[in-house]
This record gives sequence, structure tokens and C-alpha cells, in this order.
Amino acid sequence: MSWAGKILRVNLTQGSCTTEALNRQWAQEYLGQRGLATKYLVEEIDPKVDPLSPENKMIMTTGPLTGTMAATSGRYSVVTKGPLTNCVACSNSGGFIGAEMRFAGWDMIIFEGKSPKPVYLYIVNDKAELLSAEEIWGTSVWHTDEWLHAKHQDPMLRIAAVGRSAEAGCLYAAVVNDLHRAAGRSGVGTVMASKNLKAVAIRGTNGVANVKDFGKFMQAVNDGKKVLADNAVTGQGLPTYGTQVLMNVINEMGALPTRNMREVQFEGANKVSGEAMHESRPSDGKPNLTTNAGCFGCTIACGRISTIDRGHFSIENKPEYWGSSGGLEYEAAWALGPDTGVDDLDALTYVNFLCNEDGFDPISFGATLAAAIELFKEGAITTEHTGGHELAFGSAESLVWGAETLVSGEGFGKDLGLGSKRLCEKYGRPELSMTVKGQEFPAYDPRGIQGMGLAYATSNRGACHLRGYTVASEILGIPEKTDPLETTGKAGLVKAFQDATAAVDSSGLCLFTTFAWSLEDIAPQVDGACEGDWSAERLAELGERIWNMERDFNLRAGLTAADDTLPKRLLKEAAKTGPAEGRVNDLDKMLPEYYELRGWSAEGVPTDETRQRLGLS
Amino acid sequence: MLRSLLIDAEKCTGCVQCELACSYENEGLFNPAKSRIRVFTFHHEGRFVPYTCTQCAEAWCMQACPVDAITLDGDTGAKVVNAAVCVGCKVCTIACPFGTVNYSSDSGKVVKCDLCAGDPACAKACPTGAITYVDADQTGFEKMRAWAGKTDAGSAASA
Repeated sequence: MSWAGKILRVNLTQGSCTTEALNRQWAQEYLGQRGLATKYLVEEIDPKVDPLSPENKMIMTTGPLTGTMAATSGRYSVVTKGPLTNCVACSNSGGFIGAEMRFAGWDMIIFEGKSPKPVYLYIVNDKAELLSAEEIWGTSVWHTDEWLHAKHQDPMLRIAAVGRSAEAGCLYAAVVNDLHRAAGRSGVGTVMASKNLKAVAIRGTNGVANVKDFGKFMQAVNDGKKVLADNAVTGQGLPTYGTQVLMNVINEMGALPTRNMREVQFEGANKVSGEAMHESRPSDGKPNLTTNAGCFGCTIACGRISTIDRGHFSIENKPEYWGSSGGLEYEAAWALGPDTGVDDLDALTYVNFLCNEDGFDPISFGATLAAAIELFKEGAITTEHTGGHELAFGSAESLVWGAETLVSGEGFGKDLGLGSKRLCEKYGRPELSMTVKGQEFPAYDPRGIQGMGLAYATSNRGACHLRGYTVASEILGIPEKTDPLETTGKAGLVKAFQDATAAVDSSGLCLFTTFAWSLEDIAPQVDGACEGDWSAERLAELGERIWNMERDFNLRAGLTAADDTLPKRLLKEAAKTGPAEGRVNDLDKMLPEYYELRGWSAEGVPTDETRQRLGLS
Repeated sequence: MLRSLLIDAEKCTGCVQCELACSYENEGLFNPAKSRIRVFTFHHEGRFVPYTCTQCAEAWCMQACPVDAITLDGDTGAKVVNAAVCVGCKVCTIACPFGTVNYSSDSGKVVKCDLCAGDPACAKACPTGAITYVDADQTGFEKMRAWAGKTDAGSAASA
């Protein structure tokens, strides 16, 4: 309790589906989702395995609270070794399929091997089978979704799929579920496609019944919901503006990376902000934002559903994009907007639609395109490479062309699918790649938010805001305000955020609750539902265990302390404007203390004492 | 005072907390497949619509039942299925024009909304006020007030 207690193992090479009992001891040590699936992964694969080989495995996993009545209980993760970073990859998604997996009776699905032909996994409660996907191979996620619903005559079927970008080998392809939610980062979709696995379709009608103590659980759940409703961010800001509430805020703080992180403020930020999404367009009188939307069980509902102006150049002759669909989140809006210099909200929204339709990460795509534009500007890429297309910062045409070309998988689209690091290496200017460990940055410039520099440099899946979101403290004052330009105390702050995040990511709940909740709010919910005694302290320690397990895997995969760094631009080129003007990121002032606090050697390796303390073998 | 469920689809975010609450209240587990209220998503229109029994006065389900398993709860106005009497013939599911009475193959009986004996769990769980439980004779009250607020006098008053 409250785990389903059952794992589905799918051997794609053999075409077999077998049931296993969940390792209950590991569940006590790693909880679920990110922690527990990563435990299975590190036990089962060689860290040096080629991420796109049949020897890699991919795990779809829920947490013990997934599918329950806890607020935001719709989360699931995809865990694998990632092709972008060669590190452990764990991408978290909402929507509805995670809960459906629990309702069908599964904690996780482990995919291994590679199918000789394209297949999809079809699950109805305890029955699972692999069926031919040859008819839908080479089609989009949206088409696949429609085809599967029609084929099985089941409107309630929940579907996760990969699109054409994943099939074409784009290294940052996503697994998209429920049309517009995605396990977006680190190329987990690329791994799925490499296994000839097109989709997972699930129908579960058994529900979640095995909660340890319903009375205690419901009390904790209702307390938690009240905290979310009463909080300004989760009760007001996120439902109204989504994560896009941040665009103007971060720009004002001088931490909005602009034009491939050459600048830290974008003059067009207000045109692509959460506020702008509410404003009526002069062209058709309608706002970009149609409504907000909740994932399964979510009482926050930060999701955006948007509609593009039918007369906009990107879709004027494409009626298939005239309806509403998943709109811009902050990170996507930033990568497609400020980082490429484009301030055309509907162009950003159209490219965001394409990201969902064909399954690629808008952050990595936008950042890779930004690097390509700078390479073009520098003359390292020419129209010879792009088939005659001029690339320019601020050009919505460049943005739209780049995304459509990526989906085609042809010509320069192949280059864009490499990601920023490999693209810049290919064209001889590796220093122009804004990445850590091969993964592109999200939307917070670490020159203006010092702690984020350390969080990026030490993140176990490369540059990422979702591994230690010290923005909460440094900008928003959650749980308490720290000075974003200060380095003192940031090592401890980063560690605390990383550990707590690892625990939340293992529960089945959404990280966004932590704008309002601490582990003190989450522990009673876990404790009400799950076997064992669960306190905030235990969750924090569990998070630390997970962090070290991921680190250990990455080290065995070949990473070293030298990879815990930032691009030279962020360490040497000072911010030109705003509150952080004149500042670089002072990573060297924070990193040694971080290693020490983590109980790692000066080489960034967990000491025997640390391993023992955390019970890592 | 008789009360009625009032659904304002404009406010719904599609989170299905109502379905979870309904299944927990009535079946003792979290299972939208067992919920008597359902949220429908119209993705391309950007709309979410919760839907359940309106407890209509004529109550065709009640009239059609050959064994009188559906009766009127005088306190709440709910048309309630007595599972001990229901024979699972499904005639009521055909009689209901809205599809809000459904057969459960697990129990061999039909299930429908019974207003949780006057304290509907869905309304309590809804985080946005899309589902409320209001005076049955005044379900138009909030809509009237919203329109009233759009008159010159209304906007002046609120300004």
C-alpha cells in the first residue's frame, strides 16, 4: 500500500509481456516514480550502454500517490539513459495517462530490447499486448492518438506516443501523452522510438483502492488542497497566468536569457508574457489564451489552452491548427521567444503546437535554433547548409521554418535535431553551445540568479530548472528570500532543493505544489497512503539517496567533476544590463562547498561514508 | 429548501476531482470509471464539461423501472436507486434521455447520482466552483447577477 505492487516487463525483442511483483524493500527506500524506477534502471543496465541501443531500458513509472485524490496526483515519469546527455534521464509529465496506469493496476512498465517491427503496447487492466504500429509509424503523435482511439473504439483510452522527430533521431524528442502533456526533456522519446515502440495505450477501470488509512489520507489531502488554494502563487498566479506569470518578473530581474544567452533582458518580453496571452489580438479580437486546464487531480490548473489567430502567417492555410490546443508554458515561451529573439506570440504558440504534435522538447529546440542563428550570424553556418534559408534573431519566419524542418527530418532539420552541443561542435564553434552535460538551458540566466548556476552545473540530467529550483527562493522568496546576486549560502540551498525535488518527483505529485507546500505538507499525504512511517525528514533523506544514486550512475557512465560546469559565456561574459549588470556566474565560489555539503570528495565522488550513511551499495 | 447541482462549465478545468470524490463517496475507492458525474473534454474548443443527472421531475428512469427500484427522496429531490431491488434490466438506461443512469457490470445493478443524501461530494471537491449545490428554484441567480453586473448601473456600482 499504496503501490499497486505490480510491474509490467515488456521485452520488445521477444515481443513478450510479463508480470512481476514490485520490490517492496526498494519501495521503502526510493518511494516510487523517479527514485524507484531509477533504482531499477541502475540495477539493470550497464551505465556505459549506448542510450539508443537495445541494451538500454526505458521505464514508464507512477508514484504511490498517482491516481489518488491528492491534489496534482496525475504525474508519471519516463526513466532511461538519455541520448542527449549520456546521463540518467528522468522526465516527468502530467495529463491523465499516469493515473490510468494505476487504475489498470501497474506501478511501472519496464521496456527492454528492441522490437523487430514498429509496435505499440495496448493495456486494458491486467491484460497487456504488443500490437503492430506499422500503419502509424512515420505519423505524428496527434495522428497516432486519433488512430488508436478509432481502432479500439474507446474514447477513454489514454495514450502516450512519439512523433516523427523521435523516429528521425532528434536527440531531444519527447514522449507526449494526452495530446499536449510531455515527458519532455533529455530525449526520452528518442529512446522510445529507437526501440520501435510507437505508443502506449492504456485503459484502467479498477481504480486505486489500497490506501493505507483513508481517513488519515483524506484529512491530509484536504489540508494540502487548502494550502494550495490559499497561496498566492498556486491559488492565483498559476491558474491565471500559468508558469508564464514569470516572463515579465524574470526579465525585470535581468535573468531572462536572450538571443542564445548573449543578453539577459528581452525588449519584447511583455509581448510573449502570460499577461499578453490574456489580451485581445488586434487582428481578430480574441485572446491567445482560450482557457486554463488541469491535469488529472490538479486543483491548481496552470495548464494553458490556446488558439492561434486563423489569419496568422503560420497557419492561415492550415485549418488543422485552427482549433485550440496546449499553449505556452514559461520555459517553452522563453526558448521559442526571447532566446531566439522572436516576440510574435502566435508564432511561438504554433511552434509549441508542433512540439506537441510531433514530440520534441521546446526548450532544447528553441535553444538549439538560437545557437544555429548565432552560428549563422557568425558565418559558421551559411545558406548552403540551410538550403537557402536565412536565419536571424527576431525572425518568426526562421522559427517556424526551423520547427517545420526539424519535423521533416530532412536537410538542416537533421542538424537541428542534434541539439545545441553537437550542432556547435559540428560547425566548429563549441563555445556557442549553451548547455550543461549536453542539455540546453531553461529560462533563468545564472548571471542574474547565482544559485541557479550551481543547480545547473550539478544537475544530474544536464542544464535543467526542475532539479533544484532555487528561483523559488532567490526570486520569489519561497520558502524564504535569498539575494539572487549573492553566492554565500547557495550551496546549501541548492542541495536542499535538489533533495526535496527528488522526493516530490518520486511521490506521484507535481513539483509545482512546492510553491506552496514543503515536505511537511507532503509527508502526511504519503504517510496516509503508504505502508511505513513517513516524515518530512525521511523524505528529505530519501531524496538525498536518490540524488547520490543518480550521481553514482553518471560517474560510472564516464562523467567527471569537469562536467560540473557552465559554458564560458556565463562564467566570463558579464551581464550587459539590469540588476545583474557586470556580473558573471561565480560557480567556483559555490561548487567546492557544495561537494563538501554533499559528502563528496574534491573530485565530486560520493565518499564511502556518504554511501554508507544513505544505504547505497 | 430543495437544492440542485448547478454546473458552470466555464469554470471547469477538467481536473476530475469531482469524479474522484464521487467514486470515493459511493464506492470507497478512487476510480473515475465508477463515478456518476463525468467530465467531458472538448479539446479543440478548449472546453471541459461536467455532466450528471439533473434529477428531472418527470424522472423517466423512475417511471420506466419495472420493479420500482428507483424512488424519490423527498428531502433532496434525488431519484435514488435501491440496489437491493434493482434487477439490472437496464430499461432505465434507455429511458433516460441524458445517459446519466448507467449499468455496472461489477454489481449487476444500475448506478446514478443520488446527491449524496443532500451533501454532494463532487461539489465539495470542485476547486473552482464549477459545481455548486444551490437553491433549486434559483439556479439562474448567479447568471442573472453576472448579466446585471454588465449593465451601466452594475459596472458603476462595482467601480
